[in-house]
Amino acid sequence: MSRLPHWLAHYRTLGVAHFLIVDNGSDDGSTGYLAEQPDVSLWTTGASYKAARFGVDWLTCLQFRYGVGRWCLTVDADELLVYPGSDERPLSALTAHLDRTGRASFGALMLDLYPRGPVNAVDFASGQDPLEVLHWFDGDNYRAKRHPVFGNLWIQGGVRDRMFFGSQPERSPTLNKTPLVKWRRRYAYVTSTHQILPPNLNEVFDTGEGDRVSGVLLHTKFLPNITEKSAEELVRKQHFENSDLYQPYYQALIEGPDLWAPTSIRYAGSEQLERLGLMTRGDWA
Amino acid sequence: MTVGVVMLVHTALHRAEQVIRHWSAAGCPVVIHVDKNVDRATYDDFVQQVADIPDVKFSKRHRCEWGTWGIVAATQSASRMMLDHFPDVRHVYLASGSCLPLRPVKDLMDYLKKRPRTDFIESATTADVPWTQGGLDFERFTLRFPFSWRKHRFLFDRYVEFQRRMKMYRRVPDGIVPHMGSQWWCLTRQTLSAILEDPDRPTYDVYFKRVWIPDESYFQTLVRLYSQHIESRSLTLSKFDYQGKPHIFYDDHLQLLRRSDCFVARKIWPDANRLYDNFLNEKNPLKGAEPNPGKIDRIFSKAVERRTRGRAGLFMQSRLPRPGHENGFTSAPYSVFEGFSDLFEDFEPWLARMTGTRVHGHLYAKDRVEFEGRQKTFSGALCDNPKLRDHHAQLFLVNLIWNTRGERQCFQFGPTDSQFISWDIAKDANAQISVITGAWAIPLFQSNRNFSDIRADAAELQRIESEHLNALRSPWAKAKVRIWTLADFIETPMEALQTVLDEMAAKNLRRVTEAPKMADLTGFGQFLQNLKNQGMHPYLMGDFPADNAPVAQRPTRRKPYLVR
Repeated sequence: MSRLPHWLAHYRTLGVAHFLIVDNGSDDGSTGYLAEQPDVSLWTTGASYKAARFGVDWLTCLQFRYGVGRWCLTVDADELLVYPGSDERPLSALTAHLDRTGRASFGALMLDLYPRGPVNAVDFASGQDPLEVLHWFDGDNYRAKRHPVFGNLWIQGGVRDRMFFGSQPERSPTLNKTPLVKWRRRYAYVTSTHQILPPNLNEVFDTGEGDRVSGVLLHTKFLPNITEKSAEELVRKQHFENSDLYQPYYQALIEGPDLWAPTSIRYAGSEQLERLGLMTRGDWA
Repeated sequence: MTVGVVMLVHTALHRAEQVIRHWSAAGCPVVIHVDKNVDRATYDDFVQQVADIPDVKFSKRHRCEWGTWGIVAATQSASRMMLDHFPDVRHVYLASGSCLPLRPVKDLMDYLKKRPRTDFIESATTADVPWTQGGLDFERFTLRFPFSWRKHRFLFDRYVEFQRRMKMYRRVPDGIVPHMGSQWWCLTRQTLSAILEDPDRPTYDVYFKRVWIPDESYFQTLVRLYSQHIESRSLTLSKFDYQGKPHIFYDDHLQLLRRSDCFVARKIWPDANRLYDNFLNEKNPLKGAEPNPGKIDRIFSKAVERRTRGRAGLFMQSRLPRPGHENGFTSAPYSVFEGFSDLFEDFEPWLARMTGTRVHGHLYAKDRVEFEGRQKTFSGALCDNPKLRDHHAQLFLVNLIWNTRGERQCFQFGPTDSQFISWDIAKDANAQISVITGAWAIPLFQSNRNFSDIRADAAELQRIESEHLNALRSPWAKAKVRIWTLADFIETPMEALQTVLDEMAAKNLRRVTEAPKMADLTGFGQFLQNLKNQGMHPYLMGDFPADNAPVAQRPTRRKPYLVR
């Protein structure tokens, strides 16, 4: 709930025409708030998040029904999309460019933002822009390879990798996403928006010398309520695949660690991300 | 005398209307062609919308598909109408609905008034143009293209292949030489009417109907028959991407377009409010200067280059080059030193002092990443955890070099380190690798361990280093490699060091005046002999005399040294 007003505002500015939101048993007033919004269609469910393959089945179903033939952006409530020139150019300009260059999908790197100091010690008012309290990110400690099965890019690294997965790097969270897709009935996401079928939609990257236009999903996970969320998560065990493996991770988060390092970079807008090579314009001049 | 505008419109009609009003307000008659794909209701609506503007006419509608004859037919009928209805018009300007005048129309009129007999049309022979797409240059005039390139690419390609094999070539009509160029031109009444009224026009039309993308060649070819003076360039600014599709201009291009001094630009993004507001404003400041599209070339050719070449040494969400296609594995030169820190006791601080570069320890040490000053994290928040590093050892190095662009990195490497990048640095043209082979034996020599353990370690290290040397000496190695044996190196250490530092080409490189402190090698020859006596054959060090102290026993204190 605390993120929603800003989240909606962010995507409205980008020119999103309509929101389709699944509310999975929230109890903080989100349901009422969303129901009031004129451009939101809301579905509520009390069913198991895990049994629906972590919500992917719900979303696939909605896209199957309402998304066909349209550009669909699939993001979590803690993800804010930026792309080259996103301050000036609406999403429709981006999708027109993708259409013109014959592409049906668009890739984005998930970039974890975090505060300086313990994660549970920042002041965050409900409805505030999360970027006002989460300033920092890891510049470039990302590892990429191709996924052997789905052919997608498989990027790992970043702050969670650095802090919590040092002893088992192969377990560290996947950071590549393909959130924007011109949907067709036979498409389906596999795990979250990391992988999609058919595999050619995963080809949002160039394997030759060149590059293509890509974006960044600013991940605002590390707001103060992360510690409570982690405690909940430990009990619910609804995380991807092998929940037990993530126990130490949540345990560490509950203790409110300081994720900041002297070499962290302060976020300064989309142009900075381009310069650092976290996203690029490709031929979208 | 005035300028008439022929405008081809198919979408964003509200923007077209705005531009039409702009032309008309300056006294230019406008003939509009609306694509037949636009439905009747929308069309009627549009006609209503512009009904109040003087000197605006609608021409016969044709169906315009990309690369087909329809666009030429549309241009023909609209031009015909322009010439017939507006006898005052001397120049006819062909524009599209997504074209935007950048300078006051008056400016364009003055410009053309000074050049009353000049036709502005890009027109070049196929032999001389590099910008054809799909490998079809002259063949677009000699083959037939019944299948759509966009919708039925497979059939299009097969049929082209078939015709090539069967040698089914069409004959170009007598008297014309195929030329090509930008679709957007500005022709004089004399030239345009001569083309349209040519008695041979039916022959040409029949021929060009089967040519691929005739809108880029019909007028461009025929103008060569009649024009008295051709300026082979388009007055309309447009930029093309690597597939030959036009770039689109957005609000953020405002300053760029201002600087271009061009009369008209295309294509403009229909929602680029700021562009439309600025350039259709009466108080538009651009005037006088000669159009100079070159000024904005840089940014767009950079985009093309980015798309085709990418940024060297960057692996990211939309760029994951296959091995060998990286256009540079890393983004900047760096130096690798092998054996130096074993031979010299204070090599790292000495090197940092001498060259002013970043000097790391063994980045690939097995127990931790030895960043400069043994920091926990380094540029880009790379962390010193060896497990994370080894999970993708190549990208660790690539990221490190990328994150520190503009500052040369040096690091130590050796057979005690994890060897994942052994081949990658060997193949990287940015790497400068200097090796003292066999120097790894010095720490063993100095250590206080049982000789049987030392012997086993020595055998293993020698095996690893010789494998690494194989990589450095292989035909695939592109790095700048220098290899000395330990024995050779200590003969003339200062010259060797000077050579390495010179190659680093550090800007304010001083003469090497002070030597790093060399380890005490007294008894090292005997140590090697002992290894030999135990059946292990240390050969990478070169020839060390087994008897007593090595010949070149160096003074251990620093001394001034001059190299001439």
